[in-house]
Formats: sequence, C-alpha cells, structure tokens
Amino acid sequence: MAVQKLPIAKAINESLRTALENDPKVLIMGEDVGKLGGVFRVTDGLQKDFGEERVIDTPLAESGIVGTAIGLALRGYRPVVEIQFDGFVFPAYDQIVTQLAKMHARALGKIKMPVVIRIPYGGGIGAVEHHSESPETLFAHVAGLKVVSPSNSADAYWMMQQAIQSDDPVIFFEPKRRYWDKGEVDKEAIPGPLHKATVAREGTDLTLAAYGPMVKVCLEAAAAAEEEGKSLEVVDLRSMSPVDFDTVQASVEKTRRLVVVHEAPVFLGTGAEIAARITERCFYHLEAPVLRVGGYHAPYPPARLEEEYLPGLDRVLDAVDRSLAY
Amino acid sequence: MTVESTAARKPRRSSTGGGKRASAKKPAPQKSNEPELIQLLTPEGKRVKDAKNAVYDAYVADITAEELRGLYRDMVLTRRFDAEATALQRQGELGLWASLLGQEAAQIGSGRATRDDDYVFPTYREHGVAWCRGVDPTNLLGMFRGVNNGGWDPNGNNFHLYTIVIGSQTLHATGYAMGVAKDGADSAVIAYFGDGASSQGDVAESFTFSAVYNAPVVFFCQNNQWAISEPTEKQTRVPLYQRAQGYGFPGVRVDGNDVLACLAVTKWALERARTGEGPALIEAFTYRMGAHTTSDDPSKYRNDDERAAWEAKDPILRLRAYLESEGHADEGFFAELDDESEALGKRVREVVRAMPDPDLMAIFENVYADGHALVDEERAQFAAYQASFADAPAAGEVK
Repeated sequence: MAVQKLPIAKAINESLRTALENDPKVLIMGEDVGKLGGVFRVTDGLQKDFGEERVIDTPLAESGIVGTAIGLALRGYRPVVEIQFDGFVFPAYDQIVTQLAKMHARALGKIKMPVVIRIPYGGGIGAVEHHSESPETLFAHVAGLKVVSPSNSADAYWMMQQAIQSDDPVIFFEPKRRYWDKGEVDKEAIPGPLHKATVAREGTDLTLAAYGPMVKVCLEAAAAAEEEGKSLEVVDLRSMSPVDFDTVQASVEKTRRLVVVHEAPVFLGTGAEIAARITERCFYHLEAPVLRVGGYHAPYPPARLEEEYLPGLDRVLDAVDRSLAY
Repeated sequence: MTVESTAARKPRRSSTGGGKRASAKKPAPQKSNEPELIQLLTPEGKRVKDAKNAVYDAYVADITAEELRGLYRDMVLTRRFDAEATALQRQGELGLWASLLGQEAAQIGSGRATRDDDYVFPTYREHGVAWCRGVDPTNLLGMFRGVNNGGWDPNGNNFHLYTIVIGSQTLHATGYAMGVAKDGADSAVIAYFGDGASSQGDVAESFTFSAVYNAPVVFFCQNNQWAISEPTEKQTRVPLYQRAQGYGFPGVRVDGNDVLACLAVTKWALERARTGEGPALIEAFTYRMGAHTTSDDPSKYRNDDERAAWEAKDPILRLRAYLESEGHADEGFFAELDDESEALGKRVREVVRAMPDPDLMAIFENVYADGHALVDEERAQFAAYQASFADAPAAGEVK
C-alpha cells in the first residue's frame, strides 16, 4: 500500500529505514538512538534490524558526534546524526560552523560533506530548560549549511530522503511537538524539490508564511479567519536555507499582505529576512508592512509560561487584523 | 567608610601560615622531560640501545644507510622550505607563516612511518608531514598567501587540509578511522595536534570516541613547549602522554628531536592500529625554535637560555653526526643536498611570487555541492556590479 497514515515521528523512522536499506553508506548516530530508539523513538527498531555498525549509540558528546560524522563522511559514509534536543546542539556548534559548513569550499570542491544533523526543536511540550529552543537562524546564517523543517508526515518522509541524498550538510529541524500528528504519506509519490515552499492553503486576503510547528497554527488561524469572512493563504516555507522567496513573492503579489510566523525570537530571525526581501521584491504590491509573530528576545521561559511565549492562534489573528487595518 | 571596615576588607595575614594558605599553595610544575622519554639517537648522534627501547628499536633495527640518508634529506629540505616561507613572509609575499623550525624530526619520523593508504589529519604546521606524503610544498603556501583556504585535494595524497581551529581535526581523524574499521581495511589514521590543543574538549572527545570504538587512529602530539605564549604548564599538570591511560589506550613520550625514535614509535603505533589494537597517543617532546607564527614575538615570553638548550638537541645535527660517524654519508652527499636545498628554495620563491590572485567569482565557488538559490542570486548581483566598472576584468581574467 503506497499511501499510509503515519505520525511525523514514524514517517521519519520509515524514511531512515528506507535510506539504510537503499544505501549501505548511510549510518545513524547519536545518543540513545540504538536500543532505546531515541528519546522520541524516532529511530525505534533500526538498530535491531541494521545492527550496531549502522545504527551507532555514541558517547554523550555532541562535538564528538558531529566531528566523527565529518570524518566518516570524508571516508565515504553518509552519517545522519541525532542531536537529542535543540539546546544541546551548542557543544557541536563549533564543528558544524567551522568545519562541516566550510569543508567543501576549503577543499575547492574536491570533497563533499553529506551529513544530516537531525534536531528535534521547538516548544510546547512542557519540557525543562534547553529542551524547547528554536535556533534555526543561527544555522541558516552560516554559508555552507542547508536548513529545513518539515511540518507534516509526507514532508517528513520525503525531505529526510532528500536531505540524506544531498551532498551538502543539512540541518534537519524536526518539530517535536508535532511528532505525534498523523498525516498521509505516499511512498511512491514524486516529491517536489527539498527547498521549495508550498502553498498549504489557498487564500486571497493575506499570506501567512511559516514552517515546522507553526504551519499547523497558521492553518488553524486561516480556518478561524474564514469564519470571519477573511481568506488567508498559508505558505509552508519548508526550508530556511535557502528560502524559496519566489513562492512567497507570488503569494504576496496575489494577497498584498504578509505575516511571518515562527517560534524563534523575532529579532534577526527568519521573519526579518523574509520581511526585508519581500519588501524589496514586492514594494509596490504591499498594502501593509510585513509583520512578524514569534518568540521574544528573552531566554525560552519555564514551561508554565511557554503558552504565552509561543505564537498561538490569537497572536497570529491579532497580527492578521493589524495588517488588514492598513 | 570606617577604619574598621577598611581593615576588615584587607586580606588577613596569618603569622602561622594557617591551613587555608597552605592548601592554596601553587602546585609545583611537573618536571616531566626525564624519565620515560624514548630515545634511539642522543643529541651527540650516538645510537642508544637499551631494554626500555627494545620494543620500538625493533621497528628500525634493519634500517639501511640509504633510508637514514633519506630521513636526513627530508629534514634538511623541509627546514629549507620552512626558512624560505619565513623569508617570503618577511618580504610581504605571505600574510602569515607558521614555522616548523625545530620540529623536523617529529614530523619526518612520524610522516615516514605512514603508508600510502594511511590517512593524515594535520594542524597547520605539518609541512614536514606533508612533504612525506608527497604534497607539493608550494601547495601549502596558498592559504598563507591568501589565495585559498586549503588548496589541495585531500584525497590526492591522503593528507587532509590544514585545520586552523585547534584540535577539531582529531575528531575528523577518529571518525575517518571508524570508517576504516567499518570497511575492514587495514590502513590507519594519524592525527596531529599540539600541547595547546590537548586542552581542547575535541581532543578529549576524540580520545573517548576512538577508545570506545577501538578506532585505528594514532594521536601524534607535538609538545613543542609553547602554545603561542602559554607554556605547557598552563595546559596540564601531568605529562601529556599519560592522559592516554585514563582513556584506556597506551601513551608514549618520545624524544621529538630524534627522527629515528619518532619513526620507530610511530611505526609501532600504526601497526597496533592496523592490527585491531586501537588507538595510541604519542607525545613527541620537542621545541618550537621560532615564533608560533610570524605574528608573534617569542622574546616577550621566553628567554634565550631555553632556546640555546634546545639548539644543542637539534634534530638535523644529531643525525648528521650519526651518519658521519657510521660512514653512512660522504661529502658528496652533503654537497649535493646543499644544491638541492637551494634549488628548492628558488622554486618555492618563484612559485609563490607567480601565484595569481583568485578569480573574483571564487567567492561563490564551492560554497555548496548541490547549489543554493541565495548564492546564485548574490553571485549574479556581484557579477553585474563588477561588470558595471568600465575597466573591470572579465570573469575568469586575472586582475
């Protein structure tokens, strides 16, 4: 059966399984990814079926995980490493930024770095400190890295396949609070390009642009707005590096209004870049300034406050109203 | 402020030198260059044969006179290359140079111990190792001249690019070695780093990973006594080779100015790695005779006596003394080598001066293997901007 209904976590699991089956050079590495199957069970059962040489439990050392993955890639392997939580990636940030991102350029193209770094990211699960962050901008800012985030099961399956096949390092942000959301996956489909944005819902009055966990919030906002007679278009960016500005531009030229939504802090975030670029490209089409909804310039708050910190339906709809009021 | 409160803020003096002060005493620096040093050739050029060295000695027991002359030639030419690069920096032809002066034996000994199918991960000072791997030495100068950030194909000679961030490459070496083991190959990997890098977390993590996975990697630490201006005492309280024990693999300290001992110990370690015995740490106890790079001034942080003491242990002089005393080399050999050195210096000079600046569009080259829309967009903008100048060189043309 080609089409199955799968939660995002399971879609990634099956995508990893497919990659392990198709290419003997693909390796899974990380803390607890073996017997336990990862703290979110995304790698569940893979070590049992592919063995400890392919699905590798590592010491608890993030720089070591990424640094050795770089060495394995130099030897011809295609490592897919798991960073257990978003806030734990920073010990590996040096290896990712100073080594992984630049290796291909420094070797004048003679070597490639097909490494995927999976990071369960974002809030909304009531976790403790360092377990709910959205650091995607820090990676998107670095030349040499590609940064993507699926919002649904089909994308989770296919984008992971494409990330593993890419000869560039891909930082794969998994929306952890959506891990259990189910969606249809057609394993015989022909997927679109990895870095192409999609229109998740058509509309005419305003464009909401989001990625990862916020796509669902935006779709809910669009549904709520429809009851008030407003037609919102939702663009799922899917990729933060590169950003598919063409798809956003086409949508904004139709709707003339844009609100960008993400969990990460607004300041210098993906939304800031999109606002700047779309203002350049669509200045004469815009009826309102591009607005942004996102996190604050503050450490991610304790869990009891995260619902106030994270963009929810009301904050998105408030921004929609502000845009439409121009 | 009252007198009392001022007095209370002063450190209290204890006439008895009480408990707290005693325990806060500064630790005595380790005197660690004597006991365990593996040496096969004394500074005077005498061959050492003793029980302590026997296990390593076996690896060079049948070394021929020709091979010994080869090691000497490697060291002399590497020193000549290094001197030329230093001079070129002083003449403004290179932006920076990291000299290996004094470390020739550590690099040539270990480099010559490697096999073609082994893989080497250097720092940015392994010019002698690069020489042993067959990398054209002029290729090493591109990054120091500022025309590229690497400049050679790492797979061409199994010699990875220089790594500037201290210690990062030890993890790449470990991962590569994990791959070698997975492939069932019998080659080995060697990672170079310095005493300063031994303080980095990446080096500790590479020790952990290599031990846990029994990776065929040899860690070759050139302890040249100084990490820019910081002495080894600022990096460690125990001799560096002893760190290996805590990770579960052997560590050896070798006389880093003794090319024969460096060759022997590295052969031993590489053979262990190849035969599935896992990683080893070699601490080559040596001395950086010059500056860390041409940017610093060693006279600000160390004294001439120290350098003089190490000059007496010069790696090249001691092998020459040995070659002469054994009758392994004649005047003709040394004269020919002098000519070869001069020719090398001349070639390096000419190649560097003729090195073209990179093409303007090189900024955008090889950022990604599979392309990237933003890079494409900015490349086009940059090209259009450059073309807007009437006297601009065409793309591909050298300025």
